[in-house]
Amino acid sequence: MSIATVKKSGPFAHGTSSVQKTMFLVLLALTPATVFNLYLFGWPAILLFAVTVGACVAVEAGCLALAGKPVKVTLADCSAILTGWLLAMSLPPWAPWWIGVLGAIFAIALAKHAFGGLGQNVFNPAMVGRTVMLISFPVAMTIWVAPHPLFSAGAPGLFEAFAITFGGNVPDTMSAASALGHIKTELSRGIPVTQSMAQVPDLMDMTLGYRAGSMGETSLLLILAGGLFLMAKRIISWHIPVSMMGSLFLIAALFHAIDPARFTSGTFHLVSGATFLGAFFIATDYVTSPVSKSGQLIFGIGVGLLTWSIRNFAGYPEGMAFAVLLMNSLSPIIDQYTRPRAFGRNRKGEPLPLEKKP
Amino acid sequence: MKLFPIRGGIHPDYRKELTSEKAIVALPLPAALYIPLQQHIGAPAEVLVAEGEMVKKGQMIARNQGAVSASQHAPTSGRIRTVTEVTAPHPSGLPQTTVILEPDGKDEWGELPEPIADPFAADAHAINGRVARSGIVGMGGAAFPSAIKLNLGEQKKLDTLLLNGAECEPYLTCDDRVMREYPDEIIDGARIMAHALGTPRIVICIEQNKPQAIEIMTRAASTFAAIEVIPVPVQYPMGSERHLVQAITGIETPARKLTADLGVVVHNVSTARAVHHAVRFGRPLVARVVTVSGGALREPKNILTPIGARVADLVEFCGGFSARPESVVNGGPMMGQPLPSLDVPVVKGTSGILALTAEEINDRPASACIRCGSCVTICPCGLSPVEMSAFIRKDNLEGAAKLGVMDCFSCGSCSYVCPSHVPLVHYFNYAKGALNDLERERSKNERIKTLAEVRIIRIEKATEAKRAALAARKPASDTASPGNSPSSNSDEAKAATDEKANA
Ligand code: SF4
Ligand code: SF4
Repeated sequence: MSIATVKKSGPFAHGTSSVQKTMFLVLLALTPATVFNLYLFGWPAILLFAVTVGACVAVEAGCLALAGKPVKVTLADCSAILTGWLLAMSLPPWAPWWIGVLGAIFAIALAKHAFGGLGQNVFNPAMVGRTVMLISFPVAMTIWVAPHPLFSAGAPGLFEAFAITFGGNVPDTMSAASALGHIKTELSRGIPVTQSMAQVPDLMDMTLGYRAGSMGETSLLLILAGGLFLMAKRIISWHIPVSMMGSLFLIAALFHAIDPARFTSGTFHLVSGATFLGAFFIATDYVTSPVSKSGQLIFGIGVGLLTWSIRNFAGYPEGMAFAVLLMNSLSPIIDQYTRPRAFGRNRKGEPLPLEKKP
Repeated sequence: MKLFPIRGGIHPDYRKELTSEKAIVALPLPAALYIPLQQHIGAPAEVLVAEGEMVKKGQMIARNQGAVSASQHAPTSGRIRTVTEVTAPHPSGLPQTTVILEPDGKDEWGELPEPIADPFAADAHAINGRVARSGIVGMGGAAFPSAIKLNLGEQKKLDTLLLNGAECEPYLTCDDRVMREYPDEIIDGARIMAHALGTPRIVICIEQNKPQAIEIMTRAASTFAAIEVIPVPVQYPMGSERHLVQAITGIETPARKLTADLGVVVHNVSTARAVHHAVRFGRPLVARVVTVSGGALREPKNILTPIGARVADLVEFCGGFSARPESVVNGGPMMGQPLPSLDVPVVKGTSGILALTAEEINDRPASACIRCGSCVTICPCGLSPVEMSAFIRKDNLEGAAKLGVMDCFSCGSCSYVCPSHVPLVHYFNYAKGALNDLERERSKNERIKTLAEVRIIRIEKATEAKRAALAARKPASDTASPGNSPSSNSDEAKAATDEKANA
């Protein structure tokens, strides 16, 4: 008797992981923070979230069809949903619908498929979407609102939400500054950090997420829970989050100690803006970060330092997205210099010298 | 004893429970045995029997030839049906010269060499000679002739004989069973080997997922101070020679060196048992224990199999298939080879025959690499599979070679973990084959070039000599320079050695 299929070489055993499962777990980890923030920012946020994710999936389907790739199978890997999800989470919650749609086009069509699709892109698609929007539409991208939890007094109903998301009418009374933005504006008016800090939400509110900010970035606790979940599931490792937050904290703390009137504290940098979301969910993107653990440490440190520099010295109050994109471009080089040492060889690839046992 | 960590590795689904409690049972003698002349690394053996000849069990039927080779013996008594070409147990499905033996059912031992009365008084040569004469090869799967490895003591200073009972491949339990059922034979064999090697110390490594084997071996070894049984962590590929030596000594064997250069020689536990049989009873290696397992098999078993029984015989003995096997594998699922058919024979290196269902293999169509980095983290050789495969896909073999693809020993860990199911090992095997071919081509070309150069030099020398002779003849015969000819001779001699070296 002969066996019908003698195919490729082994192994004849495979683990249970798959791309789809990985992406699904990331979405699962994002869910608590997302649900909380959608609740916090109400109907307009929910509408924008739906539009953005929907647009990403639609653009992905279109690109796959154009490229002649299987649409259904590839969509099932959930990567477009994840990109849309992260993009939505990085937008101002009450931004108009077209921000989500344009962002989706830049993220999926330009940053992903123009490079050859999943796995080939150099830059984090969601961050490309967000950054292009921020540069092109600085006003729409910096309208922050104070939390207006669903069904609370003063929160927009579904009907008003349509006017906000699809009509672009954000009532002036509702807007608020983000903490990072507030400090920056005040500094530019000559008001030292020591004074302006008085108006930002206290540490408790910052941690729980009861503050103005992007749609998914405010609840540090829930983001942290999601990140720890991913670590427990071995989807991500500690290297990027720890090195990124660690370096950001250290450099901020150092400069704060030198000049507290000019620089905010390390803790403030950690808890404000997109630090947590970036550290656990954005900088850790597989495709655009280095593959080796040592490379990931360098990458994380780079993102942390660049985030701090941009926040302090560039025109934008928040620098996480820029920092990630800049480090994305370095990933291939980092990969090249942080290859593991091969067994029995030194870093240059030469055989190790013969060592006798002690 | 302190153990040292090894890098990378995985924890696959072991599925050893399918056979770990199945005591070794002997295969009923099949109607015919198919004994390939090459079951080992090295040159095929030279056949000694002819069609129609009657042989006794243990009689040598093919003699080792060349420096690296192993002889074959009749696994039972019977009649030689023929010597012919039969499909080899190798994925290529290429035929190989094979002796076909029809058992006469008596299973009668022939005349065997005398047991070595006191092996610990015998010198190393006597023991190595017996091991070589008994056709023993490494039984962990690599099938390297054991006598050569036992000779290492002559060239290198050795201090440890490491017996490999890690059995890190999933499914396989044959070493586990042999350790549990024949601990004293293994210990005795190991002591004899250590004596031949001149190593004062014996270390027996067993993965912690075999607690009974650890206990039984520890007890059997307790009377010998020089023997240590060491439970090692369950971590594939712990059973790889170099990694096991690192776990014990903390030292990485440098590339292009042997573990023996560190003073450690590694042998499989079943090999030690075969040495015991050869030295104490004069019995050659004619049977081995094979784990026959897998989800597609009705009744998985550990089977004492005469060398040359067909895989089909084993499958039948296990009650046949209960489901369609997606693949039938020779060896473990991680590093084993797919079998081209069930008609191939069991050879000395066959540790397992696995009939695996599609669900067990769990292979899915490959999708794009998402650069998750898992393959880099787990590669026990410190390679970067993701980058190597990217080069190979672009047919840049040189690039892959620079990244160390030749150091890859196809352990399969990277393919196992890849969420995109990129067939990484397949790429590496392809690249290694192609690079080897290139290398062979290159040295062949160089050899041709050298030969051509030698010829040119020879012709030049000849014309030179002619001219000199002519010149000498013209004026007076005493000016002929004799200095020329020795130098030309030595040049040719050198070229000739070059030729040999290149051959
Ligand atoms: S494990 Fe697979 S998907 Fe992950 S980096 Fe390696 S090849 Fe790519
Ligand atoms: S098969 Fe080769 S590249 Fe893959 S993990 Fe094993 S040694 Fe590394």
